Amino acid sequence: MAAAAPAIEVPAQRDTVAAKIVRAVANAPLQIFLAALGLLWLVPTFGLFITSILPVQSVASKGWWQIFSHPSEATWSNYHELFHNSGLTEALKTTAYIAVGNTLIIVLIGAMAGYAFAWLEFPGRDWVFVGVIGLLVVPLQMALIPMFKLYDIFGIFDTVIGIILFHVAFGLPFAIFLLRNFFIGLPKDILESARIDGANEFIIFLRLILPLGLPAIASLAIFQFLWTWNDLLVALVFGQNVQPITVWIAGQLREFGTSIDIIAPASFVSLIVPLIVFLAFQRYFVQGLLAGSVK
Amino acid sequence: MSSSGGITAEPPVAAAPPPSAEPGRLGRYAVTVGFLAPAILMLLVWMVYPVVYTVIRSFFGQTGYLGHWVGFDNYHTLFTTSSLKTAIKNNFIWVAVVPAFVTAIGLIFAVLTERVRWAVAFKLVVFLPMAISALATGVTWRIMYQQDPNLGAVNALTRSFDEALHPAGVLQDASASTPSLQGSPQSGLKLKTLLHPGSVARLGLTAIPPDAVPSGAKQAADPTAKPGDIVGVVWRDFKPGGGKPGVVETGEQGLPGVKVQLRSTSGKVVQTATTKSDGSFDFAKVSAGSYQTAIGASTFAKPFGGWAWLGPNLITWSLIIAYIWIWAGFAMVVIAAGLSAMPRDVLEAARTDGASELQVFRRVTVPLLAPVLSVVFITMIINVLKVFDLVFALAPQSTQTQANVIALAMWRTAFGGQNDFGTGSAIAVFLFLLVIPVLALNIRRFRREL
Repeated sequence: MAAAAPAIEVPAQRDTVAAKIVRAVANAPLQIFLAALGLLWLVPTFGLFITSILPVQSVASKGWWQIFSHPSEATWSNYHELFHNSGLTEALKTTAYIAVGNTLIIVLIGAMAGYAFAWLEFPGRDWVFVGVIGLLVVPLQMALIPMFKLYDIFGIFDTVIGIILFHVAFGLPFAIFLLRNFFIGLPKDILESARIDGANEFIIFLRLILPLGLPAIASLAIFQFLWTWNDLLVALVFGQNVQPITVWIAGQLREFGTSIDIIAPASFVSLIVPLIVFLAFQRYFVQGLLAGSVK
Repeated sequence: MSSSGGITAEPPVAAAPPPSAEPGRLGRYAVTVGFLAPAILMLLVWMVYPVVYTVIRSFFGQTGYLGHWVGFDNYHTLFTTSSLKTAIKNNFIWVAVVPAFVTAIGLIFAVLTERVRWAVAFKLVVFLPMAISALATGVTWRIMYQQDPNLGAVNALTRSFDEALHPAGVLQDASASTPSLQGSPQSGLKLKTLLHPGSVARLGLTAIPPDAVPSGAKQAADPTAKPGDIVGVVWRDFKPGGGKPGVVETGEQGLPGVKVQLRSTSGKVVQTATTKSDGSFDFAKVSAGSYQTAIGASTFAKPFGGWAWLGPNLITWSLIIAYIWIWAGFAMVVIAAGLSAMPRDVLEAARTDGASELQVFRRVTVPLLAPVLSVVFITMIINVLKVFDLVFALAPQSTQTQANVIALAMWRTAFGGQNDFGTGSAIAVFLFLLVIPVLALNIRRFRREL
């Protein structure tokens, strides 16, 4: 709070150069404070990266930050080893299948349902929708045991599709909620005139709703992609030989100290993709977040 | 086919097709069903059926599709087994601490970043952990939390504070060279002989490895008595070959930096002195009487060994710190959005009326933000109740029992080796019951909007 104090002295006028300079100087403690905080927030991830490029003996003998005095110890050999270990590449592929598959299916099914709840009349529509909202907070722990048994019967235990469908189902309430609320805000007359022009609902859905709803669909897609890419619990329960990267890393955790040359680079690899996706599409991610929480 | 209703001349009330178009109406319902069926089917199979099944299952035994009826036994187990009680207690701590902290930190960050030009960069950095899996975060913080301050960054930081408060002594360990020096390094070493002004004290220490001798140590100086003062020496009473205990000899080093106390016979410390490089010390102008000298325990204070962040006592708090690191960005971004939607003129009006910045914050900003803050707070309660991955990844195997939370307990009970589906179901139902108030809140909020 001390950092907020300097702003008090800033006079109300704000256009002169002098006032700008005064403001900049008065702001300096705050700037420094925030810069320090920002660095503090970056340190753990940075530490993971440095650890991932150090040989295991070096990790065991000195802190990663000492690399600055021993820069020659850095090596890519951990990563080299990792990618020649077929386990990881397989796990990465599985992760990608799950994340992409889930994203595609949920966008399609979610958008269809969202459209129905927003623009198609049917009896009890609002009640069903309230029911969907109610499902929003159901902890997925409630479904682990019954679906574990049911998957055996369906024959989709330990399959990528089984894991995908579980994610789709638990992502649907949010997907429907988000898309329905976005679709309902689309201009009514466009839809009505399309109907008058004789377009059927499928055409309207494909040609109007999906393109117009792209911002919300993008939010949903980013959200779902990151959520499934990062998931551990679902894959842990419904996979055995099918292992996404999180489960693969979790399997190494017991020998944390001795396997750190595998665990650290694998963890860094696992976070690179979501990081890129997030940085590239952060606007949509934040929009989805806001739509989901501020309502 | 669906368009048949709309072709009539009155589009505005288009939703209600003319009663004559019965087949069209059926067609419309068929289309609706087509749009809804995949979603509803999945929700029924993956969510509604499981909720019903799990509730029922929680009253039956360990194995089988249903097993045998056990009534409330599983719930009894839930509240009496120590590891499950720990999980509930820990989750309670999480709920009590995390939502408040995350909301407060998010609020402070959001308000502060409004005043800098590079707010976007700052938000991006703080928000980044949200994109990373809790598993990778667990690995990351496990590296940060290593106990050895030479390995773990958190303890390296803690050490720099700790050393200011409790500096490490110049000697780690030593023992007395003659029986006249009594006690132990932990309690301090006291010279038995009574001293008076003008006396000389010789405090010989042994069992100090050559590399543990404080740097700058010189040949020990055998003190000469000074009237009115009590003088003495602390030295390493050992030289290659042994030497004679209790006698300062050539080749024996003085021990600099040792804190020597002068105590009255009642044990009260009347003066302290620090030895010079030749090990000598001098208590000046001592009033008449009998005294004793001692080497204080602080001389032997161990250096900071690092806090056991991942040990059984601190683990929950360590997890909470990492969790706040993840979620602060979420709170900040949501609150910042609320802040930017706030009417600026209200804030300006308060400022022109002479309200201080702190008053504006407390009396205007926070009340106006209350709905957003409560949304963040409630979202965090749900998140915290469901926390699983981070505990799984960050808490080492040895402390998972102390770090246990409800979601982890559910997995461990049903899948992590015990395969007890009855108790596992009861834990899931318990978790579900905890989030039901939020569910009710959500529905109420939505129905108000409808």
